[in-house]
Amino acid sequence: MSGEITFTIDGTEVRGQAGQSILQAAAMASIYIPHLCAKRGLTAWGSCRVCTVLVNGRPQAACIQPIAEGIVVENDTEGLRAMRRELIEMLFVEGNHFCPFCEKSGNCELQAMGYRLGMLAPQYPYFFPVRDVDASHPDLFLDRNRCILCARCVRASQELDGKNVYGFVGRGADKHIAANAANGLVGTDAAVTDMASEACPVGSLMKKRVGYAIPIGQRMYDTKPIGTDIESGSARAQAGGGR
Amino acid sequence: MAETQESVIRGICGRFANDRTRLMDILLEAHRRLGSVSGEAVDAIARAVSLPRVEVESTLSFYAFFSPRPRGRFVIRLCNDIIDQMHGAERVGRAFREELGIDFGATTADGLFTLEHTPCIGMCDQAPAALINDKVVTNLSSDRARELVESVRASGDVEHMKLTLGNGNNSHPLVRAVVRNNLRERGPVIFAPLVRGTALRKALAESATEVIKSIKVSRLRGRGGAGFPTGMKWEFARAATGENKIVVCNADEGEPGTFKDRVILTEAADLVFEGMTIAGYGVGAATGIVYLRGEYAYLLAFLESLLKERREAGLLGRNILGKQGFDFDIRIQLGAGAYICGEETALLSSCEGKRGDPKNRPPFPAQSGYMGRPTVINNVETFCCVARILENGPGWFSSIGTNDSTGTKLYSVSGDCDRPGVYELPFGVRVSDLLNMAGAQETAAVQVGGASGQMIGPKDFGRTLRFDDLATGGAVMIFNKQRDVLRVAKAFMDFFCEESCGYCTPCRVGNRLLRERLGQVADGKGSPEDLAYLQKLGETVKATSRCGLGQTSAQPVLTTLRSFRSEYDRRVQTRPADLLPSFDGAAAVAMAESLAQRRSVYFGK
Ligand SMILES: Cc1cc2nc3c(=O)[nH]c(=O)nc-3n(C[C@H](O)[C@H](O)[C@H](O)COP(=O)(O)O)c2cc1C
Ligand code: SF4
Ligand code: SF4
Ligand code: FES
Ligand code: FES
Repeated sequence: MSGEITFTIDGTEVRGQAGQSILQAAAMASIYIPHLCAKRGLTAWGSCRVCTVLVNGRPQAACIQPIAEGIVVENDTEGLRAMRRELIEMLFVEGNHFCPFCEKSGNCELQAMGYRLGMLAPQYPYFFPVRDVDASHPDLFLDRNRCILCARCVRASQELDGKNVYGFVGRGADKHIAANAANGLVGTDAAVTDMASEACPVGSLMKKRVGYAIPIGQRMYDTKPIGTDIESGSARAQAGGGR
Repeated sequence: MAETQESVIRGICGRFANDRTRLMDILLEAHRRLGSVSGEAVDAIARAVSLPRVEVESTLSFYAFFSPRPRGRFVIRLCNDIIDQMHGAERVGRAFREELGIDFGATTADGLFTLEHTPCIGMCDQAPAALINDKVVTNLSSDRARELVESVRASGDVEHMKLTLGNGNNSHPLVRAVVRNNLRERGPVIFAPLVRGTALRKALAESATEVIKSIKVSRLRGRGGAGFPTGMKWEFARAATGENKIVVCNADEGEPGTFKDRVILTEAADLVFEGMTIAGYGVGAATGIVYLRGEYAYLLAFLESLLKERREAGLLGRNILGKQGFDFDIRIQLGAGAYICGEETALLSSCEGKRGDPKNRPPFPAQSGYMGRPTVINNVETFCCVARILENGPGWFSSIGTNDSTGTKLYSVSGDCDRPGVYELPFGVRVSDLLNMAGAQETAAVQVGGASGQMIGPKDFGRTLRFDDLATGGAVMIFNKQRDVLRVAKAFMDFFCEESCGYCTPCRVGNRLLRERLGQVADGKGSPEDLAYLQKLGETVKATSRCGLGQTSAQPVLTTLRSFRSEYDRRVQTRPADLLPSFDGAAAVAMAESLAQRRSVYFGK
């Protein structure tokens, strides 16, 4: 399984290593493919579908699909941008996202993705679901209103913390994030210092008492759109060659 | 009390060697003994099998037949899918409600009965149908529903219900079901007689590679829907490195309108087991698993008895038919009410004791499937074809049917026709011919391939049923001129919303959006722009979904938009530019009034 693989993304030749996903190889080449559930250092999950690209004309999730010699990948096309915008809108209407008073605003990947993809307001009707908040833990809370079911907390807890704090309960529309205890987060061994506590892309799994610490205007995506780090190559430098 | 529950759970887990991968069986058995699995029971199971609690809860909460809350001793599940609706399921539902004095979703105060709805239980040819615990009851009327409740109440047992047993093996002492086979057309492949062991003996006389070659030469394609060449699939699995390869038979049959595997398992299960054993020989596997949908639990004891007979006859077990070193055995894994578990990788998750989430591909099951082992998964009917190919030769098989689609196909025919049931026909028959055979009149629409298939109108009835024209896993649902095609499509969308596993965004959210807008249009509250909205949304769900469920769930909308455009056009209305047809002014005022708790000054009447 050694060897370099050459393929193209939107006509640009990209070289990657066998075993890499399209998303990984693209990032190494400073090409940004929008993604939400994928996170460097965690196994790929494939739930948000925002990373959908066309591989030889067929839709595939770039975070899951391995690169192969000579494949033709389409990424930044109007059609795919529109589809990704639809997916982001679906995530917005499915939950209760009140950005103006959310602690995560400005640091939120979902919100930033909405901006990057040119979403103004969702074209879909809101579901306004009734969802529980788990505030039982002294240092963390889980506001399910904002959860996008990306499993980043689940994977970070298992893969980086060696714990099993989070999991999914329910099927379909009822699917929700849950803690590994009958009485909620407080009953688990979750700690504010866990890697999982940093993993949430939105304002769902949050640390208590640090909300709004950074003023509006100075938050991560207030100055630069999401994906800029990858496009500028700084993400590659940070990752030290891996992803 | 808590003590006894804990010891019951410990006993059950112990019987499955505290093996976490047998969580499905543990939960099924716990429900049989305790009726439900409470929070404390979840803790007890988690301790016994050394799983995080949330993973037990995750599996428990995924399947419709499991419940964390106490339920009645008798759970009545009435099918409310479209075919049953057409045959009066609503009247039957009303009778159940009145007789029990409860609504759907509720349990009677005496703790005896719980009443629920369920999607298609594979009895569409004898709808309306319901399950009472594991027992199937069919051809229901309001009177029959009342009678059944009375008899269960009086005897305190489902075994004592007054039932007229069905034909064939349905009246076998281990089955005792009212189910009728309705086998209308027997063909040479599936429903010809088989002398147990004949096909297997011929297979064992050849080398494993020769067996796979025969399958390839026969050009057999999978009968579960996707039509993948079976020989090629086996070759991948044979070539895959990895110990302990697995053969899985997909008997989940959850596609609304499909029931042919039920009839195979009732009348030709030996052929299935024989095909699986041949697959084991071909790919080099020692273990077979049949994943049987929970709705067909009434067949379990009977199927187990056939497996036992085959073991005794030396057709399963060690050194099969004296072939040194060829060991193969089969176990049956029962499902618990989840359509998605028919998707092959979700099926594997379920067999591993997990929630029925599909897995990411690659790797494909042939490389890394059940517990990471190379795994071949085929449909019930596919295994029957395999056995027959080995018995009669690939040339014989490929001479039946058409060039791209060899052999016969079973069709599950239901809906508006005089002779619903199972038809075994060579590939390539016209839809119109099948409609004639089934005695369908005034047909306006046919849903080919079940909910995820396509809805066609009369101009397509001359087309043929085969992989390269109208492909189908077997469902053929017939709708006459009295039916509302948009309502049918809406019922299918209800089904997909209910059955999405919830893993990926487009399927979890997009299907609900499709259903909502389609419902508005069907109710005459849509505007012309809604058709483009539905089209675009449907295409996005299809293109971006993670597995076959989401990739086909928009079909009811997309195919009716294509074939029944006039039905849509007729219903949408153009309104003044500033008014949406879906906006109900009076309802909005009423809601505002109730929130404000006073009458509107401007709009109040
Ligand atoms: C949502 C969904 C449900 C499915 N249900 C079934 C089923 O009940 N039975 C079946 O044989 N195949 C079903 N399939 C197809 C299987 O994934 C798989 O392709 C098939 O079992 C392979 O067997 P075959 O090649 O013999 O057809 C389903 C697929 C999807 C996406
Ligand atoms: S999590 Fe993000 S998108 Fe959601 S409300 Fe907060 S800022 Fe808005
Ligand atoms: S809590 Fe956050 S990280 Fe966890 S699944 Fe929800 S959105 Fe993802
Ligand atoms: S980033 Fe690929 S599916 Fe979420
Ligand atoms: S049994 Fe009700 S639709 Fe199949």
